[in-house]
Amino acid sequence: MTVDPTLAVIWACILAGGLLIYVVLDGFDLGIGMLFGVAESEHDRRVMMNSVAPIWDGNETWLILGGVVLFAAFPLVYASLLPALYLPIIVMLMALIMRGVAFEFRYKASGIYQTIWDLGFVLGSGVATFCQGAALGTLMQGLPIQDGQYAGPPFIWFNAFSIFCGFGLMAGYMLLGSTWLVLKTEGSLQEWAYARIRPLLVTMALFLAAGVVWMLIDYQHLGQRWWNHIEFLLLVIAGAAAAFVLWRSVAKRQELVPFWSAAALFGIAFAALGLSFWPYIIPPAITVFDAASVSASQTFMLHGMAILLPIVLIYTCFVYWIFRGKATAEVEYD
Amino acid sequence: MDTDLVLLSRLQFAFTVTFHIIFPSLTIGLAAWLATLEGLHLFTGNPHYRRVFNFWIKLFAVSFGMGVVFGIVMAFQFGTNWSVLSGRTGGIQGPLLAYEVVTAFLLEATFLGVVLFGRDRLPPVAYFLCCCMVAIGTTLSAFWIMVNNTWMQTPVGFAMSPEGNFLPTSWYDIIFSYAVWIRFPHMLLGAYLTTCFVAAATGAWFLLQNRSPRQARIMVTMGLGLAAILVPAQMVFGHLNGTEINKTQPAKLAAIEARWETQQPASLTLIGIPLPSQERNILAIDIPVLGSCIDAGDCSAEEPGLKSFAPEDRPPVIIPFFTFRIMVGMGVIMLALAWFGMVLQARGRLYTTRWFLWLCVVSFPVGWIAVIAGWYTAEIGRQPWVVYNHLRTADAHSPLTLFDLIISLAGFAILYLSIVSAGAWYMFRMVRNGPQPDEDPVDEPSQIGSSKRPLAVPRESMIGLAE
Repeated sequence: MTVDPTLAVIWACILAGGLLIYVVLDGFDLGIGMLFGVAESEHDRRVMMNSVAPIWDGNETWLILGGVVLFAAFPLVYASLLPALYLPIIVMLMALIMRGVAFEFRYKASGIYQTIWDLGFVLGSGVATFCQGAALGTLMQGLPIQDGQYAGPPFIWFNAFSIFCGFGLMAGYMLLGSTWLVLKTEGSLQEWAYARIRPLLVTMALFLAAGVVWMLIDYQHLGQRWWNHIEFLLLVIAGAAAAFVLWRSVAKRQELVPFWSAAALFGIAFAALGLSFWPYIIPPAITVFDAASVSASQTFMLHGMAILLPIVLIYTCFVYWIFRGKATAEVEYD
Repeated sequence: MDTDLVLLSRLQFAFTVTFHIIFPSLTIGLAAWLATLEGLHLFTGNPHYRRVFNFWIKLFAVSFGMGVVFGIVMAFQFGTNWSVLSGRTGGIQGPLLAYEVVTAFLLEATFLGVVLFGRDRLPPVAYFLCCCMVAIGTTLSAFWIMVNNTWMQTPVGFAMSPEGNFLPTSWYDIIFSYAVWIRFPHMLLGAYLTTCFVAAATGAWFLLQNRSPRQARIMVTMGLGLAAILVPAQMVFGHLNGTEINKTQPAKLAAIEARWETQQPASLTLIGIPLPSQERNILAIDIPVLGSCIDAGDCSAEEPGLKSFAPEDRPPVIIPFFTFRIMVGMGVIMLALAWFGMVLQARGRLYTTRWFLWLCVVSFPVGWIAVIAGWYTAEIGRQPWVVYNHLRTADAHSPLTLFDLIISLAGFAILYLSIVSAGAWYMFRMVRNGPQPDEDPVDEPSQIGSSKRPLAVPRESMIGLAE
């Protein structure tokens, strides 16, 4: 009945991998949800919604996977992080409900009611994204934990850095969303999406750069590793390269490169964050090893995941392949 | 203040899970039925099966969507509101829920998109297999949830660490315990019966209006016919659950029976009004001896009364007592409807006996009522424990503030009520609009999912505007 450090590392990697898949997949459909609010016509709104309608549900399930992997492999984190971030998480869930039902309801409503569901779709996407960013920002600053339970003040998530991270993630998801639109649309909407990429890229890059500087100054527990580890410099260079490829792809009117380079940018930022955290899972007190559940739990899950996760990835790819090609404005089903 | 926190957290859990269970209860059965219809159409070529499919897939999409978004809340609420529980049982409950997500949730959510939007993009057999994936996903989902809930009700296969954490010692015992294998079928049958009576009610309504009668007959016959077999099976599993509770949770059974004194042999209180403050029942109709016969399978068995449990270990009495009777009452109604329907069917009068069709229409919620009443019996009856005999509900909550809980509970209440009202209205309107006429062509590969429909206004909103 002990914790196995190797298993703990494996599960930390599965958790990180699952979260990254979530961030990229739901990132683009939440981003499209926000861009939906500034779309220029009903035609464009339909195409935008159709470009994600068959897949958003599967995308969002990766968030649940992250939640339950946390519950199963690191129960201490699940039990202390969620109460600490209670209101941001509850509000995020409510926002996800709003936008989730909008996919079904907007086509069944008309007039003012359709406007209400559209508004729910946009606000839900924006608020959910903001809450995710704010939650991440709060976690980065560190949480006081005592005896496996959160022991800090009630509104710990309400501060400048968390709010900054919330807005930063909104810019990032909108960037992902615009690159997905480039891939899935054509004509004037595609041009519209191309025109959004560069401003959003600049915004996201500024948020990232400012966030790193802020972290280096104010949050030493994360920043200290940056000064004596060459990996971070390499990641910054890789990030700049991904941003450059993305910037250039707009001029070249490439369709696939924007999405993948934006996803790479997210992956690089995610890796930098993970390395800053390591070995802590809740800085500055709880490490991956402190939080790990016993090996009997982690082994039991690993056996299943080793078989099931590849299957999940295969059929997820299969479903994306089924829905390859451009989205249209037709209401495929109502 | 802690008492208020626990009460509000319990209210919030009860509220969110009640609204959640409405949708899986319908969609678990509907997913299996849709896969069956698709298979029947594939093998018989009878276009009416496809038309029935096309009608129900729209209702399925709306209820599945609501089930999914309400389900996401459940996955996080263990941690947000019950952090002591989740911290201490995470080593057991976490892996069970993780298996649910990877075997079931991802499967159904990913293939749902194909079923809703992909008919034109796949050969018919592949599309049928995708329907099966959704059905398998919903069933597996129910399975893991029942394993998890059963472990909290009758915890097995674990050891306590010195810090008070529950550590798994035998996953075999946890997953293959007898209680799992009588509780999971009980829930699955409950879900199938919910679908049966919703389908039969909808078909009966169309028959009364003489709309698309060929499809309506399929709905009524399949719904009532399946129910005629499943209701007795459900009663057997219900009885097995009762005798299991008698062994593992005697206080719950005493509350269900409102039995205050230990009796040998015990009588059965058919109906009455329990008065917890006076520890007795009034206006009760008791049948001697029958209690021991039913609960223990032995007409001379001694059955413990509530007074034999310390007051702090007793569950509430009034709610389990009445919800149990509501559940059983619904079962009796279902049995009567299904069997009488089959008698009419055998005499060739099922589709023309209008009073009976009206009875079917008004009986559409019987399955839901039974499922919700049954869950209330199970969950309130197990109080004051969240992990039975090991962790009290009052000790399991998160260190939150009252402000947090008031905001979240009020938010959920407003959000859920408005969304469920809107969803119910849209679903009602889809039912009212009815299926496509029996004579409409069903073109291969599909009617829905067709790229032939003009892009303009979708059908529903045209109807909306025309009103």
